[in-house]
Amino acid sequence: MPSSTPRSGTDPTGGWRRFREEHAWQIREFFFTLHLLRRNPSAVAGFVIICSMVFLALAAPWVAPYDPIRISLSERLSPPSWHHLFGTDELGRDLFSRVLYGARISLRIGLLVVGIAGGLGTILGAVAGYVGGKTDDVIMRCLDIVLSFPSLVLAMALAAALGPSLRNAILAVAFVMIPKFARLVRGEALAVRERPFIAAAKVSGASHTWIVFHHVIPNCLSSVIVLGTLVVGETILIASSLSFIGLGAQPPTPEWGAMISVGRKFLMDQWWYATFPGLFILVTVIGFNIFGDALRDVLDPRIRR
Amino acid sequence: MDEGVVIRAEGLRKYFPAGASGLWGRRKAFLRAVDGVSFHVREGETLGLVGESGCGKSTVGMLLLGLHRPDAGRVLYRGEDILALEGEAKRRMRRNIQVVFQDPQSSLDPRMLVKKAVGFPLEVNGLARGAEVTRRVEAMLAEVGLRPEHMYRYPHEFSGGQRQRINIARALITGPRFVVFDEPTSALDVSVQAQILNLVKDLQKRRGYSYLFISHDLSVIRHVSHRVAVMYLGRIVETAPRGDLFQTPRHPYTRALMAAVPKPDPARRQPLALLPGDVPSPVHIPPGCRFHPRCPEVMDVCRETEPAPVEVGPDHVVACHLWHGTGFDARRRSA
Repeated sequence: MPSSTPRSGTDPTGGWRRFREEHAWQIREFFFTLHLLRRNPSAVAGFVIICSMVFLALAAPWVAPYDPIRISLSERLSPPSWHHLFGTDELGRDLFSRVLYGARISLRIGLLVVGIAGGLGTILGAVAGYVGGKTDDVIMRCLDIVLSFPSLVLAMALAAALGPSLRNAILAVAFVMIPKFARLVRGEALAVRERPFIAAAKVSGASHTWIVFHHVIPNCLSSVIVLGTLVVGETILIASSLSFIGLGAQPPTPEWGAMISVGRKFLMDQWWYATFPGLFILVTVIGFNIFGDALRDVLDPRIRR
Repeated sequence: MDEGVVIRAEGLRKYFPAGASGLWGRRKAFLRAVDGVSFHVREGETLGLVGESGCGKSTVGMLLLGLHRPDAGRVLYRGEDILALEGEAKRRMRRNIQVVFQDPQSSLDPRMLVKKAVGFPLEVNGLARGAEVTRRVEAMLAEVGLRPEHMYRYPHEFSGGQRQRINIARALITGPRFVVFDEPTSALDVSVQAQILNLVKDLQKRRGYSYLFISHDLSVIRHVSHRVAVMYLGRIVETAPRGDLFQTPRHPYTRALMAAVPKPDPARRQPLALLPGDVPSPVHIPPGCRFHPRCPEVMDVCRETEPAPVEVGPDHVVACHLWHGTGFDARRRSA
């Protein structure tokens, strides 16, 4: 019998083996989830869309034929052709390149917002649900105020108050999304709180903070991931809307919503200007939504397999 | 007077608000879960606490563990009032009193590795960290009959009996002196029950733990206990050493409990002697002796006065009017 297990760090392969041993169950669950997802057509479709978008965003500098902000007035508003797949805008910039770079911005917004709102919302919800009583009332009523406004309207108001910039738009959208996560996690935390392992942890001397972070939040994570996927889509939509009305990304940043905003002036004669960014928003949002839906079905233990 | 006593409970009372509150927020009714319970547990001893479901036995456990605060009464650990402690002193004290719950599955976090589920009490109490935790978890698992590689698995990979072993390991790893077992075997198969009970007894023999063993199962209680307390509707009606209680039960309720145990004897095909009626609701506890509506030997005094506990033998205490004044009434002993 080994008297002590090998320390990770001293030997990289040993560390990896140890990681595999320690997480064998998670690894098996992960592959089982993958297997279930592969049998689910909408999951596959959503996954393919998300992956292509991520690929295009990452590979934009190599795939894009032109610099997205290079102005070429002689080619302004030219229709789609082999030279300019999606045509050009009123300054002669290549729309295909701009749309590809736009994917970087939109995906970054989506991830940042979900990261910020998901993190804060999860903690707030877990504390509210676990502590209960007055704390719960105060946290949830504050979040209800946020929730009582349509998210787009509130995000607009906030972004306008903070001043138009991409960073402020991200903060505004993140703020609006916090209650979605908090409500979900609070509901789950209410159930987790009553489980006997929480009582056992209290008797063993664990603090409330410890219990929230080691018992409550880990047990809520799978639903947070599902909601996160769905929120990415919604976020991209809201962020584009903010840019559309000039509250998000500022020129010359190639953001999809901002491109549509300018392009709509040319919609009658130059249909391609607003259409292609719009199509990319549509496809990306649909991709995240159907993948999120499928993920929820697959991760829900009651309807799993 | 408290030489060799680990835990002493004095006059514990816990009422839960029941039903709707009145118009102005005043509670109309209370569920009297624990209604004046006193007992003590000596060093290295197992006190069995037996009673029907809903009689308040689990609530007594919760009160000792600090998971509920009693409305009245004291809990003394080696003479020190643990309810009066605050902050760090309270945490240090709590370490000495641990628990194993009924359902081994829900007592373990499905998303927590066994190593952490067993070792976290060391970390949160600042008793050990890093490799030292691993070493002690390994040693503790060995003690409850699990192998070192079980550390890196999740609860759902174990059988019910193994899960209960994990729970026992978690309870014992900080080196408590007193452990509450709240029906630890009633969710297990009969064959596994015996293994767990023997493990619990072995650990006591080796380490000298004191136990409060809560169960509704008389045969389990008989197997593990040194002394037994019988509870009915939030009160202890009889306390006696195990042999004494099972041979000469004094309280009519204890006798009824014993008679209700099916005997594995095909020759004695007599119907079980069952008590008339149901257990009254703990919201509407009968006046006088709370057992009187169902008692086969009820007297007039029982309907008016609550019987005080009287000592009827060495270490044998009964709260029943049958034994009042007479000291030792041989005529009333049933064969």
